[in-house]
Amino acid sequence: MSARTLFDKLWDSHQVAPETESTPGVLYIDLHLVHEVTSPQAFDELRLRNLQVRRPDRTLATLDHSTPTLPANASGVRPYYTKEAEAQVAKLESNVREFGVDLMGWDSPQRGIVHVAGPEVGATQPGMTIVCGDSHTATHGAFGALAFGIGTTEVGHVLATQCLLQRKPKSFAIHVDGALQRGVTAKDLILHIIGTIGIGGGTGYVLEYKGDAIRALSMEERMTVCNMSIEAGARAGLIAPDETTFAWLEGRERVPKGDAWDRAVAAWRTLPSDTGATYDREVRIDASTIQPSVTYGTHPGMVVAIHANVPPAADAVEQRALDYMQVVAGKPIAGAAVDVVFIGSCTNGRLSDLRAAAEIMRGRTVAAGVRMLVVPGSEQVRRDAEREGLHEIFRAAGAEWREPGCSMCIAMNGDLAQPGQLVVATSNRNFEGRQGKGARTVLASPLVAAASAIAGRVADPREYMTQEVAA
Amino acid sequence: MSPTSRPLAYVHSCTAVLRNENIDTDRIIPARFLTTTERTGLGKHCFEDWRYAADGSDNPAFPLNQANARGCAILVAGHNFGCGSSREHAPWALLDYGIQAVISSEIADIFRGNSLKNGLLAIVVSAAEHRWLLDNPGIELRIDIADGSIRLPDGGTIRFDLDAFSRHCLLNGVDQMGFLLQHEAAIATFENRMEEAA
Repeated sequence: MSARTLFDKLWDSHQVAPETESTPGVLYIDLHLVHEVTSPQAFDELRLRNLQVRRPDRTLATLDHSTPTLPANASGVRPYYTKEAEAQVAKLESNVREFGVDLMGWDSPQRGIVHVAGPEVGATQPGMTIVCGDSHTATHGAFGALAFGIGTTEVGHVLATQCLLQRKPKSFAIHVDGALQRGVTAKDLILHIIGTIGIGGGTGYVLEYKGDAIRALSMEERMTVCNMSIEAGARAGLIAPDETTFAWLEGRERVPKGDAWDRAVAAWRTLPSDTGATYDREVRIDASTIQPSVTYGTHPGMVVAIHANVPPAADAVEQRALDYMQVVAGKPIAGAAVDVVFIGSCTNGRLSDLRAAAEIMRGRTVAAGVRMLVVPGSEQVRRDAEREGLHEIFRAAGAEWREPGCSMCIAMNGDLAQPGQLVVATSNRNFEGRQGKGARTVLASPLVAAASAIAGRVADPREYMTQEVAA
Repeated sequence: MSPTSRPLAYVHSCTAVLRNENIDTDRIIPARFLTTTERTGLGKHCFEDWRYAADGSDNPAFPLNQANARGCAILVAGHNFGCGSSREHAPWALLDYGIQAVISSEIADIFRGNSLKNGLLAIVVSAAEHRWLLDNPGIELRIDIADGSIRLPDGGTIRFDLDAFSRHCLLNGVDQMGFLLQHEAAIATFENRMEEAA
């Protein structure tokens, strides 16, 4: 057999029926993650057609998007933003009961953002195909799983058949050589990659991130990188599984145990791309040249190093983006006055992200007039962070420590910014109005976000880092 | 039944033009409207933050509010339309608003797939043809799904590619769930083989 990429192997091993000229292939899905926003109409479709969930054991639901991040009151009433949000959560709760699907719900110590909680419980494993009605499903590619977002009609397809109709995308290797500098994180790396290949640069492709700089990343950092593949237009991003992957997974609730674990690891070791495997497209990135990076416009491809000047607008649309952001070409973003800082999301809401931010915040205070929200990605992250006292560091600094959820990343639960406010956010999208109508979003790493909260302006974290601080 | 069960052979209408590149699905339907549990009723919120002025009246600067765009069912949009979130609420909102076809020089993968599954034609044309369509708003087009052509007012045609399966489903109102369910035996065989190997 000719040399195959990791993507080829994942694709080939899940073909129920091959694609033909006139029909797409039938691709088997190992794990279907479900949340409240993109599933209600799919469950309705099952009822309408008198269908069951084919594999409840391969389906796992959580509550994350519409959920409040402020606690319930003394009588247990949760402060939902709207009646519709509350009804949507109730709808998922009733749907999972009716169809026999596991839910990491309000009463579960495992509830969290779907792309944080899924890996934490070990549901995400190398070699799998994973889908969710959510474009950041690409996150799970960090484990060497083919993971991508789908629409609600397809959510219905997977619930009913455990399969999807798919044509094979093209492959795109992103080689990242060298090492990241101190103060430069996985977030800066992926922002730099999106800035390099462009917001549509990955359309039609599955990305594979490889090279020394990728191998050196922790699992949480790898998730940050793969998470934003969709921001370059790619439905999926992959990193080959290795010892880092296996060590992170071993012992988690849903992974195989004993002999079955050994057999699984042996199979996972065969997944990395073969020597000589070819890709439809390749680029090379030198990690050592990357600086802390931020967005300056209204999509994640408008990226610049923190001290570099904002480039001139290429056309009227880009100029409009600069006007919306109130930034001026020829000047750096660093120094822009900040109103809100948001640390959280499926991109940067994990323990290592909170630790990095807390190291900057320790003994310091949030600048006057700045509102800072810190939202752990899951109940597990919250527990771990509180055990280490990170919440006390954030609170002492003047930040709000919230309950887990998507929060201000998608801003549909009432956590949002006011018109005109500048938000430094560790999330993944800076689209116009994404964090509230008229809100201006600067995407950044947890380090940049924390430094900016203290400074009250977009700031370089290296100004606040001691020698011991690990990125 | 899902909207795909309604056969669609032609879209014949005038064009409304949104020149902006990279129009994301948050722009098409802001997240605060995603708390619905229905597919319908999103048309009034389509392009909400662009379309309405602060007092709730129509924003006259929004191109789709202008006289020559009113009632047009074909949207010609800037490069990379539909990027971002996978929300199927975006095609639902466009359809409910009255759009039946979107034409661009690039359309984001997930949005494109979602659209075709709902009977919203998502068509990619060459950069030169795209530029011409952007520069000529309000013209009448006749889109023929069977032969993959767009007929222009002067009698000229633009060709577009549509994968054979999507074309078949649109023309015949075939719903893809039904097609998948026909693979039951193959799916069961696959599962047995997989579980034996584990």
